[in-house]
Amino acid sequence: MAVTGVILVLFLIAHMYGNLKIFSGQQAFDDYSAYLRNLGEPLLPYSGALWLMRVVLLASILLHIYAAVTLWHRARAVTGGRGAARYVSTKARRGHQRSYASFTLRWGGVVIGLFVIYHVLHLTTNTIAPGGASASPYERMINGFQLWPVVLSYTVALIALAFHLRHGLWAAFASLGWNRSPRVRRNLNVMATVVTVVIIAGFLIPPFAILFGVVQ
Amino acid sequence: MNITLRVWRQRDAADKGRMVTYHVEGISPDMSFLEVLDMLNERLTMEGEDPIAFDSDCREGICGACGLVINGLAHGPKQMVTTCQLHMRSFNDGDVIDVEPFRAEPFTVIRDLVVDRSSFDRIIQAGGYISVNTGAAPDAHAIPVPREDAQDAFDAAACISCGACVAACPNGSASLFLGAKIAHLGKLPQGQPERHSRALRMTAQHDHEGFGGCTQIGECEAVCPKGIPLSVISQTNADVLGALAHGGK
Ligand code: HEM
Ligand code: SF4
Ligand code: FES
Repeated sequence: MAVTGVILVLFLIAHMYGNLKIFSGQQAFDDYSAYLRNLGEPLLPYSGALWLMRVVLLASILLHIYAAVTLWHRARAVTGGRGAARYVSTKARRGHQRSYASFTLRWGGVVIGLFVIYHVLHLTTNTIAPGGASASPYERMINGFQLWPVVLSYTVALIALAFHLRHGLWAAFASLGWNRSPRVRRNLNVMATVVTVVIIAGFLIPPFAILFGVVQ
Repeated sequence: MNITLRVWRQRDAADKGRMVTYHVEGISPDMSFLEVLDMLNERLTMEGEDPIAFDSDCREGICGACGLVINGLAHGPKQMVTTCQLHMRSFNDGDVIDVEPFRAEPFTVIRDLVVDRSSFDRIIQAGGYISVNTGAAPDAHAIPVPREDAQDAFDAAACISCGACVAACPNGSASLFLGAKIAHLGKLPQGQPERHSRALRMTAQHDHEGFGGCTQIGECEAVCPKGIPLSVISQTNADVLGALAHGGK
């Protein structure tokens, strides 16, 4: 769970950074997309490095989901399928301190999974092409994010991702054995918040810049 | 004080169980929660009804026998206290209070509010010990222990095996209890020879008993009457990872 999660977060950071190239103009953005595919040539075939990354990414996603389903299944078995709601009393629905992020982890993960499918069909394969299909990744972005429903759908997914990352990052650090003192714990929580805010803000900037016509 | 109690009544493990309402009058704010149940039980006995079964022993917060979910919170609304040390001054006159047993699949309800916590004994048997040569007691200062380690070990040793951590965990995990037992011995020089096998065996037994996995929510720490810190769970994971790095030995 933690190891695959960290690999996915590293991907997100790189991906978020790459998206910001939209501000360097069409040429730069499309070149970057082409570069991802030429990477490693001539040692590797065209798209070779990209496919290697895709394999690692896909394996991480599948293992991440497999571990999550196992945990989910065990939690259901031990709580009669009710989780924290296994008591008749409804007077402490959130216990002493449970955060919204911690109890949206599982359904939030499902939302993110569905988003990734939608998103790859949109911007990678362009099977879904709101605002018009194009061979240029730059134009796909512009065409899509000029429409507010598309920006809204991405925003919803990124909010789910924000909660997921905030609790998930902290949990990953702790599960890897790092939470060993109150001071370290505070730092790990701060780190989880900072990384989450940077990733989410970085992702949200391009779609909104396009929606408001800053990038055309 | 007059209080309305909604108490979980269940004949035996096979019975479905239900909440039953009782009105209890003339409660002193200085009574403990268990004393209110005692008072109610006296009345029920006089009226020829079955008294409510619940566990308790020391009634001073050190044995771990007591434990109820009160208004949805293990050991009730006050933090850092056991049910036996929860006093009625923490409630208001006229309150309706829900009382339920600790719930988790391995904690079978034996009757009413009494649950079977022998799974905890089996987790401890799996590795919660150290091996020493018998003979005359060694000198107390024969093995020096760094002060910080001694303090951490002592903090972890404060766990009274009550099971509140499991009762509160949305995943039904016993990781806080497990971590307390592992950190308790793992922090001391005497616990080093078996450190890796202890972590592996106790964790395996924990999973075998059917407890859930930890997702670092922290509700266990919030209900723990002994303030066992969440960091013991990281300690467990570090010990398990260390054991795996040494080929599972
Ligand atoms: C507003 C936010 C986002 C934008 C503007 C964006 C943009 C893009 C673009 C343009 C591509 C295609 C790149 C190319 O074909 O050269 C892409 C691919 C991809 N994105 Fe995003 N993305 C966003 C958020 C996310 C998020 C949150 C995730 C994951 C949770 C994600 C996962 C992926 C994946 C898995 C691919 C496919 C990689 C491949 O196999 O080629 N993206 N994204
Ligand atoms: S860790 Fe705390 S809550 Fe869990 S069994 Fe020990 S004393 Fe009880
Ligand atoms: S009866 Fe011993 S801790 Fe409550």
